[in-house]
This record gives sequence, structure tokens and C-alpha cells, in this order.
Amino acid sequence: MNVEFTLNGRKIAAEIDADENLYAVLRRLGMYSVKCGCETTNCGLCTVHMNGKAVLSCAVPAARCAGSVITTLEGLQDEAKKLGECLAGEGAEQCGFCAPGMMMNVFALAKENPCATDEEIDAYLAGNLCRCSGYVSQRRAIRKYLAMKIEAAEGEVRA
Amino acid sequence: MSESGKNRVIGGVGKPVPKKDAPALLTGKPVYVADIAPKDCLCVKLLHSPHAHAMIEEIDVSLAEKLPGVACVLTYKDVPDVRFTQAGQTYPEFSPYDRLILDRHLRCVGDPVAIVAAETEKQALAAMKLIKVKYQVLPAILDARQAMDNQILIHPEENWRALVPSCGADNHRNLVACGEDADGDVEAELAACDIVIDREYSTQANQQCMMETFRAFSRLDAYGRLEIVSSTQVPFHVRRIIATALDIPKSRVRVVKPRIGGGFGAKQTAVCEQYPAIVTVKTGRSAMLIYTREESMTLSSPRHAMSMHVRLGAMKDGTIRAIDLHTLSNTGAYGEHGPTTVGLSGHKSIPLYTHNLKAFRFSWHTVYTNTMSAGAYRGYGATQGLFAVESAVNELAHRLHMDPAALREKNIVREGEVMPAYYGETAASCAIDRCIAHAKEMIGWAEKYPARTLENGHVRAVGMALAMQGSGISQVDTGAVMIRLGDDGIYNMSIGATDMGTGCDTILAQMAAQSLECSVDNITVHGVDTDTSPYDCGSYASSTTYVTGMAVIKTCEEIRRKIIRVGAKLLRCREDEVLFEGDCVARADDGAFVTLAEIAEKHMMCGTEDISACVSSGSEISPPPFMCGCAEIDLDPLTGEIRLVDYVGVVDCGTVINPNLAMRQTEGGILQGIGMTLTERPVMDHLGRTVSNSFLQYKIPARVDAPSIRVAFEPSFEPTGPFGAKSIGEIVINTPAPAIADAVYNASGVRVYHLPITSEKVLLGETE
Amino acid sequence: MAKYRNYVIAQSLEEAYALNQKKSSVIVAGNMWLRMCGLNKQKAIDLSALGLDGIVEMEDAFVVGAMAPLRAMETHEGLNRAFGGAFKKAFAPIVGTQFRNMATVGASVYSRFGFSDVSALLLALNAEVILYKRGAVKLAEYQKEAWDRDIVVQIRIPKGQCAAVQSVRVSATDIPTLVCAASKSDAGMRIVLGARPARAVVVAEGLAPDAPQRVYEEIASQVTFGTNLRASDTYRKKIAPVLMARAVKACQEVAADER
Repeated sequence: MNVEFTLNGRKIAAEIDADENLYAVLRRLGMYSVKCGCETTNCGLCTVHMNGKAVLSCAVPAARCAGSVITTLEGLQDEAKKLGECLAGEGAEQCGFCAPGMMMNVFALAKENPCATDEEIDAYLAGNLCRCSGYVSQRRAIRKYLAMKIEAAEGEVRA
Repeated sequence: MSESGKNRVIGGVGKPVPKKDAPALLTGKPVYVADIAPKDCLCVKLLHSPHAHAMIEEIDVSLAEKLPGVACVLTYKDVPDVRFTQAGQTYPEFSPYDRLILDRHLRCVGDPVAIVAAETEKQALAAMKLIKVKYQVLPAILDARQAMDNQILIHPEENWRALVPSCGADNHRNLVACGEDADGDVEAELAACDIVIDREYSTQANQQCMMETFRAFSRLDAYGRLEIVSSTQVPFHVRRIIATALDIPKSRVRVVKPRIGGGFGAKQTAVCEQYPAIVTVKTGRSAMLIYTREESMTLSSPRHAMSMHVRLGAMKDGTIRAIDLHTLSNTGAYGEHGPTTVGLSGHKSIPLYTHNLKAFRFSWHTVYTNTMSAGAYRGYGATQGLFAVESAVNELAHRLHMDPAALREKNIVREGEVMPAYYGETAASCAIDRCIAHAKEMIGWAEKYPARTLENGHVRAVGMALAMQGSGISQVDTGAVMIRLGDDGIYNMSIGATDMGTGCDTILAQMAAQSLECSVDNITVHGVDTDTSPYDCGSYASSTTYVTGMAVIKTCEEIRRKIIRVGAKLLRCREDEVLFEGDCVARADDGAFVTLAEIAEKHMMCGTEDISACVSSGSEISPPPFMCGCAEIDLDPLTGEIRLVDYVGVVDCGTVINPNLAMRQTEGGILQGIGMTLTERPVMDHLGRTVSNSFLQYKIPARVDAPSIRVAFEPSFEPTGPFGAKSIGEIVINTPAPAIADAVYNASGVRVYHLPITSEKVLLGETE
Repeated sequence: MAKYRNYVIAQSLEEAYALNQKKSSVIVAGNMWLRMCGLNKQKAIDLSALGLDGIVEMEDAFVVGAMAPLRAMETHEGLNRAFGGAFKKAFAPIVGTQFRNMATVGASVYSRFGFSDVSALLLALNAEVILYKRGAVKLAEYQKEAWDRDIVVQIRIPKGQCAAVQSVRVSATDIPTLVCAASKSDAGMRIVLGARPARAVVVAEGLAPDAPQRVYEEIASQVTFGTNLRASDTYRKKIAPVLMARAVKACQEVAADER
């Protein structure tokens, strides 16, 4: 079957199977930042935004995406660089395989609760597993990124 | 990252330089195996044995082969009858040659029965359903304690082969290794001791759970050679393993390692490469196999489950006089890393208590069972042995009414002491005393030990453990580094060591920058391609910083000499009249200089002198890093629930090359250790099927489980290490289990001897 | 992986219901668990276009659409105000925000998973399930029934009560080893035990809020517990009274706060 949706700002049409998930379709479309780490919706590696909300693309039926707006890290490169600098500054990415999914969820958090406390950061990202870092450095990096965002927003208001 | 993020500083050792691959990883660039696979790759799937022990009586693939899109269906009839090991170890491997790519004899649930390759995953899965197999189910051995000399033989085959007979392997006894190492009369010393702790401990077959599952793709290159792109820690070993398994010359195989999504030892075993490789050989097509998470949890290379019997003898004043340790290790259906991991359980635990030790004995057996084959997991046996020995030391402290920290301070190995239980090596760099003192201060040991009850009825308690590891495998591990001077005076560094997220590409570049007096950005790093990279045994056994790091230094020394020679020639003077100054070579007398860029230009014109160097390094010894870990837990006495409140780790890894990356290694390793202790529960049913087969059933810590983890370093200076460095990668996983176990005892009075520590065991007081 | 030949985005409940009468059809809601079931069906029926994701406050109850994601309930101000923040607390440990952005309340209720945090809380709140054909059914009854081919349309949660949940888990985001939900209304305390590991059941109704510990122990002794990967029946039996007492206490505290 055919499905049309907006991917990273561009309208696209994709030929899909009835039982395919969004993850598989995104990979086929070259969105290689999207990874798969489990098959049980536990790891968060496949996180993308669907109509502005963070979802696990491995569990989104592709057919349900008709007319929706899908964003992957490929579509948020400027933000990725900003958050990426915070993470790299801590060495918090390590193998990097979980990073794109985690970063997509950080962007959702930044929209929903830009003043998140450490506990709120951890709770919001609880579904983003990382086996390398031990998480504490990521927490610091995310805090720094959120602070940077707030500062930038305040700067805009002043201007 | 942006210009501002770049490190323009000269040299790099000791600085928190961001990883060279960070910008690519953190913008989601396609740099991992599956991202760079050819579009027309066949999808490879494995049909797994449903039985723990069986023979294939009949197998019919005719229907599966006829399905549209199916390129091939392979069975044991299609593979070479040449046994090999998947263990990524230096040849001749200690692990026995006990595998075929596919075998009629199935030795564990999950053992591959057939390989299916099709144009799409759907077609491959559909074809798999059409394979008809008749099994003769055999009685199985699931309990390691019943394996040795059992009538059931797991490897009765004639062509089973142990390349290193001294490990004591005997397939007619289900034995992969046995042996003993001793010093002094341990029985006499134990008899003379005032107190002997005599206990059994056991640890589980934990999964590494790197986020990227096992995967590889293969294709034929322009020369008809087999190219394998794999998520591996051991590209050079994979080349040899695949050539052996496929019975083709090694010259026909090339292995490439792109960025990889974690390893932790799992990928020191060639778990999956042979399957796509044989498909490519049979069909001429590109082929890719990506393990599902379920396959990665059920047919992979987990930690060797070990049972350890410790007898720890001490005097009333707390001097530890004798340690006797026997380890029974379960290697599972195949012998990967079986003979070697078991050795670390004693050789990297007993030496901690060298100071007053009069005698020790360490003996071991590693056995085959009809369970998933084990492999290498960070800590590699030391984790298991340290859980036993450190738990016994903690129990001794309680029996003596001594502070476990004070007991340790009395007995730990001192710098300069010879360690008989560590192959007679000397602890040339050892700050373990400072690690203990610093960890005590950080956790607040004096105030918090042993426990206190909070207003809500919960109990807060602390526990401590020590650890050691090695730095590479002495007299075995080898790393070579090649550096070439290029345009503009840049250096191209090729390495065979495998960055698996640890950051070794960056760390080795930092060392090169330090040696060549330039910025880290002036060093490009390329790894790993077995056709072009210099030989390196791979990144395992905590070897990269120490072994390959020394190769960096030696290579840099040589290329400096060459640069000086060319520089002197251009400056028309003798070599001893010029100085190497990083960006130029200058005359000592008048300061006349020629820049590195000019030297590079000259050597790229009309074939003057090539300025490159490639030097290999290995070590006669394996200097141990040391660590002290302290856990603070919160225990709910009514439910037995245990929550980590705080964990402190203080490490002596010699000189810290990159504080950021060393910290991340430590924090990550500690959390894996915490997971192994509390929430990660490998479970097998009575038929040998792994039930903990997903992230739903096998709970690795999420960030809400992660306590505050605080890390500090107490550097010593290792005279044989690069800039004084030792290793960090593995030691960091070793302290949580014994430290938490003692904290749980301090909180509840329940001492858990068998991992994991569950709230149920604590509440019901189940220690055995 | 679930396999479907056709994927139909239903345009009306009647259409969805009609299609769902065949055994070869299956309703797709959040698709969190369904995708793992290894189903092989002719037709997947998608309810996402039916506007069933609303949360509406009525005079005496909240009516939650079957397709409302758990995250919407967790963050819904009215719901949490009315029931003492129980939804926020009870749903927070469920995997992660992305999961809860997708998992729907209707699927949790329909599936009657033993481990469901959602069912335990809704049972304690004496919710009703509104089915397309059968109409309203008490969740306590529905919970005991076999899976049928009717469609869960809404969940009705009566007001005038508060609730609290207590659970024990292997790790913070694991499914519960045991979960206990308690509610307090004019009719007294109502206590539910879930993840026994069998389906959640109401174990006490109309209980006095100041019952002594012995009462919870007696209740627990009447409940059947099982053994699975996470714990034994013995352990569950032992901690059940502890969780009951704590849930009741927490409920009392919430009630006191509201006054």
C-alpha cells in the first residue's frame, strides 16, 4: 500500500507493507540515525517525533502515518549540533548508538519542560537505555543544554 | 563540533579531549555496519535448535529453497568439516577447536540448524518456516556441577582439537580446562589460622547488552576476495577465524571494522560473521546478518557462570595468611574463552592480599554443558573471582569485629611487592592504599559504616570492595601503529586497535600529539581494515591504552628521528645539531628552521626519503590497575527492596590520559556491575531455554535506576606504560557485586552468596 | 512480529466492529504488545481515526476514550486533581515517556494483562468499560471475562474517590512484581492486587481505613499468588499485606490533603 506523510519537512510518498512499522520505512528512506536496539519497546533507540510527540518508531504501524508529520534527527541537525556539543564535552556519547533516539527525546523534553530538574530529566528519559555511560554524564550534558536553551530564549525576549 | 570546540592545544595527555568521532555520532551519521551495507544485501537468518541436546536425523530444505526470493538454504551438509573456535584470541588459541559453522550435533537451545538467505527479511523468515527437521533428542547436561565425567558427552567428535594441551582440556570428560597454581603449603597455613572463612559463591551468565546487537555483512571485492564488515573488537582474529571456518586461505579474507555500538567483550567472539560469510562464498552475493535482540540474549557470548569455593585463613589480629580458591566455570556448549576466563578468577583476586599472605592455592575446572556458549565479558573472570574473595574478606571482617576497610589496609599489596599469585610480577605502580582512603572520605565511611535506620523504617548501609585487573595479556598481546607524515605536516595514524565507543582512537591520538608536540587535530586516525591497518590483536583484555599506547610512543620516536634526519639535511647540518620542535625542525645554534610542512613537501617529491614509521609493541608483564568501590544502599526491610543511593569508585589506572573518557568508562562499568548484582537475572528453564531473552525480561539499569555514581582517580606511575598509564576498561565492573552484597548484609543481616541479590532473597533470608 | 495482509483505518465504529467479527481480524491500538505477539492475521483494524482519544470531565465521572494514550492520563490535570494524583504516580514507572505516548488505556483494559498497572488502578476506582455493542460493564466483571470481539470505546471513572498505588519492581521501569491499588470513597476502602502475576483482582471492598495489619494479612492469605521470573508466590504473599497497608495509608494521606 502507499502512504503519504511529511518527513523532515518534505512531503513524501512511500510504498509500504500492511504490517510494516515506521522504523523499517524510515531506514529504507535513508534515515540511518534511527536505530533498533530491542524488539520489545524497551530501549528508546528508535525514537522519532510523530506530530510533535516522541514515539517509538518500531511500534508505530507505518500505515497509521498517513498525513502525519515525522521528524528524525536528520531533520534537526542544528539542534543536534548544540546538544551534541554538550554531550561530547562530557564524553557522554561513548559508542553513540543510543544517542540519536535519546537526543530526539531530549528535544521533546525541552519543549515540554525546559526547566526540568535532574529527577525530571531522568524520569522523562527513563525509556532511553544506554549501556556505556552510566548516565550521570548525560544528565550533566542535558542540564547544560537546557540551560543554554533557556538563556537563548531569554536573550530573544530581551532583544 | 564547531571551531571553538576543537582542541588547539599542543599535546593531549591528561586533557578531556572530545572524541574524534563525536560530531558524526551525535548528528546521527550513517557510520555503523547496517548503515553502510550495500542495498542489495541478502538477508541472512538462522534456524535455531529448539532442543538443548539433539542430533539432526533428517533435514529437508527443498520447500524452503523453492520460495521466491530465496538465494540459498544451507545445512550441516554444506559446510566444511573443519572445526574452529569463535574466540578472538591470539593463535594458537587456548579455546578448543570444537565448532563447525553448522553441525548435525546440536549442543544447546539456539544452536544453528540452518542458514537461510533471501532477498528480503520476510522471504527469509517464510522460508525458515518451511524447513522440515527431524530431531533425535538426547539427554542434556544443564548443571555445570554434573558435567565432568558425565556419561553424556557434549563433544564426542573425533576432530575436536585443543591447540594448547597444557590447559588440561579433555573432550571425553566434558572438560575444557583444569589446573592448579600454588605457592606455599596452603593446608598447613589454613590449619594454623585462628579463623577460616569457608564459603561457596556463584555468579551468573550475564549479558553484555551492548546497544548494537551482533551484526556483519560480507561481499566479494573487485579481486574476488571475501570482505567482511563487522561490528567486532577483533578484526584480525575474525580474518583468521573465518578463513579457518570456511577452509579458505587467509589471503582471501579482508575484515573491516566501522564505528561499533558497544562491545564490552561480547564482540571479542566472532558470534555471527561466519553465517553471512558462507552465504557470500556460496552465492557470490552480498549478505548481511543482524542478530535480533532475542538472538543476542540467547545465542551469544555471555559471562561464564562460575561457582567458587573460597577458604580464607586469618589470624585474630586480622592478618590474612592463606587463600584457597577453587573455581568451577561453565563454558556452555562450546569452549570460547573457557580456559582463560577461569584463570582470572584467582589470578586477579588473590594477589590483592599479598602483603601478609604465606600461602595460596588456586585450582580450576571449566566444563562443557548444554547451555549457551559463554564468552568474554568485561572483567573476564576477575569479576567472578572478586565477588567470591572480596565477599569472604568482608565476612572475615565481621567475624573479627573489624572495620572491613581497616582489615584491607592491613593486608593489601604494597607498591614494590612481588605477587606470587600474579605470576610473580611486581606491583611496580600501586596506589590501592590511597584509593581506599579517598573512597572512604568520599562516601563518608567513618559516619556511615555499617548502617543506620531512617525515620521511614528504611535502612541505609554501606559496603566496600577492592579490585584489580591486568593491562593486556603479558607476552601475548601485540599492537602496532603506523604513522605517516602528510601534506601540510599532518600525521596520518593507522591503528589496528578497535574503538568500540571507548574512545581509543582519540586517546591514542592524544598520546601521538603529546609525543609529536602538535595538536590532537593534527593527528588523523584510521582503523580498522585488515588490509591496510598494522596488526593489532584487538581491543580486549584492557590492552589498548597500555599495549597499543606504547606502540604509539615507539612509532612517534621513530618518525621523529626520520623527520630530524630530513630536517637536518635540508638545514645542511648534522642530526645532532637540530631540534624537533613540533611544527618545525630548527638548528640549535642559530635557530634556522624548516617547517614540518616543508619537510612533508620534500619527501613527497622525486622519491627522496619516505617519512613514515610502523612499530609494534607488546609487554612481558601486565601491570594491574587497582580500585576501591563503596556502595551506599537503602533497604526497605518490609519488602526487601534495595535501592542504590550512592556509589563511589576510586581508581588507580596509572596516568589518566583522558579524564573525561576514563570517568565515563568507570561510571559505565560501575553501573553494569550494579545491574549484574541487582536487576539482571539470566534465567533458563528446565529444558535449557533462556527465558530472559529480551530487555523486557532482562533488566539492565535505566537512568532512573542509576544512583549518583562518583568517581575519582588516585594515579600511580607505571614505569612500563605510555606516559605512566595502565588500563581502565575492565576493572571498573568488579567492585559493585561484593560491595553491595556487604551493604545488604549490613542493612539486613542477610548475606547473599549467589548472585543476583534480589529483594526476595533478602526478605526471605535465602542465602544458599 | 505481527503479520497482516491488510491494514484498515476504520472510518466508523460500526465498520471497525463489523470487520472485527472475523477471527482473522485484530484491532490495533497502541501496538506496543500486539507487535510482539507473533500474530498472523488477514486484517488489522486501526482505531486511530475515530477520535477516541479524548478525556472528558462530566459531573459525576471522567470519560476517557479507549485510544487515549497513558501519557495523556498521566499529565491530565483534571484527572489527577480528582483522584489525588494517582494516575501520574501509577503510570510514571511504565517503561518511558515515548511508550506512554503510544500505549492506550483501551488496549490495557481489553488485554487484561496480569501485570497491568493500568487495570489495577482502574479496578480500584471501580471503573466501567463502555463496549460498542454491550454498553457499560463493570471493569471488575470485564476483568474476569475471556477476550471477545466487541470493541472497548470508553472507560468511565466515577468521581468522589481518591486512590493510591504501591508496587514492587525488579527495576524502576520494569513491569511490577506485585502492584496494589487502593481507593477511598464513601463506601470505604477498595483494594486491588495485580501482577500476582495473574490478572488483577479486587481483594477487599468497603474496608475500614484504619484496619489493623492482621486484616491485610488475612486478605492476602485468601488470594492466589503465582511464581514467575520476577518472584515466587511465597514472596508475593509476604509483601502483599505490606503493600496493602501502604496503599491504604497513602490513600488516607491523599484524602486528608484534599480536605
